[in-house]
Amino acid sequence: MLREECIIHPFLSVLKSCKIFTLMKIIVLLRAKIIKKQKQLTIMLNQYETVFIATPVLSENQMKEAVQKFKKVITENDGEIVHEENWGLKKLAYPIQKKSTGFYYLIEFRGTGDLIEKLEVQYRRDERIIRFLTFRMEKHAVEYAEKKRRQKESGKTKEE
Amino acid sequence: MAQNESEIRYLTPPTVEVKKKKYCRFKKNRIRYIDYKDPEFLKKFLNDQGKILPRRLTGTSLKYQRKVAKAVKRARHIALLPYVTDLLK
Repeated sequence: MLREECIIHPFLSVLKSCKIFTLMKIIVLLRAKIIKKQKQLTIMLNQYETVFIATPVLSENQMKEAVQKFKKVITENDGEIVHEENWGLKKLAYPIQKKSTGFYYLIEFRGTGDLIEKLEVQYRRDERIIRFLTFRMEKHAVEYAEKKRRQKESGKTKEE
Repeated sequence: MAQNESEIRYLTPPTVEVKKKKYCRFKKNRIRYIDYKDPEFLKKFLNDQGKILPRRLTGTSLKYQRKVAKAVKRARHIALLPYVTDLLK
C-alpha cells in the first residue's frame, strides 16, 4: 500500500510522513525573509532634503549654474534626485550677510551619509551660498512630500 | 441705588468662565508631519516676540511639541521665521 501511494502521490506522502520537511520549509522561508531584509537594508538609502539660499546679486543664468553644480555633486556621489523646487527670490526674515533677500532652492534626493558631508563642504566653499539646510527625511516627511506633490499635480491638471 | 447695584455687578462678574478643554490639534486632525516651509502655520505656536509657546498654552501633546519645536528651528535657520522680533503678528 505504501509503495502504491508513493507512486501516485509521491510528494504528498513525503509531506505526510515526515515532520522534518515542514520544519525545513519554515527554516527556508525564514532564511529567505532574513536575506530579503538584509538586501533591503543595503539597497534602501535615506532620503534627504536640502534647501539653500543664494545671494540675490546673481543673475538667472548664474543661479541656474549654481543649481547645476550642486545637482552634479549629488549625482556624482551616487545620489538620486527625487524632486526639486525653485522658490525664487524671497524676502528673508532677518538679514544674512547684510542681505535682505535671497534665491531659495530645494532638492530632495536619496543617497548615503558621506554624500551629505561632501555636499555641505561644497556649500561652505561656495561664496554664492549664504545659508543652507540639509536633513534626513523621516517616513512621515517622505509621505507628506509625496502627497503634496500629488496634490499639486492634480491641481495643475484641473486648472488645465 | 440702581447705579450702585450695576457697579457692584460690574466688579464681580456673575458668570464663571467655563474652561474649554485644550486638545492637541495634530492628534485631532491626524497630522503626522509638521512642515517647516509654512511659516504662517508655525506662527500659531509663537508669541509676539517669536518665542515658541509652551505646551500648557497651546495644548499640543509632547510628541508633537517636539516636532513643532524642530520645525520652528529649521524655519528660523533658513530665514523663514525670525529669531527675535517685536510684533510678529
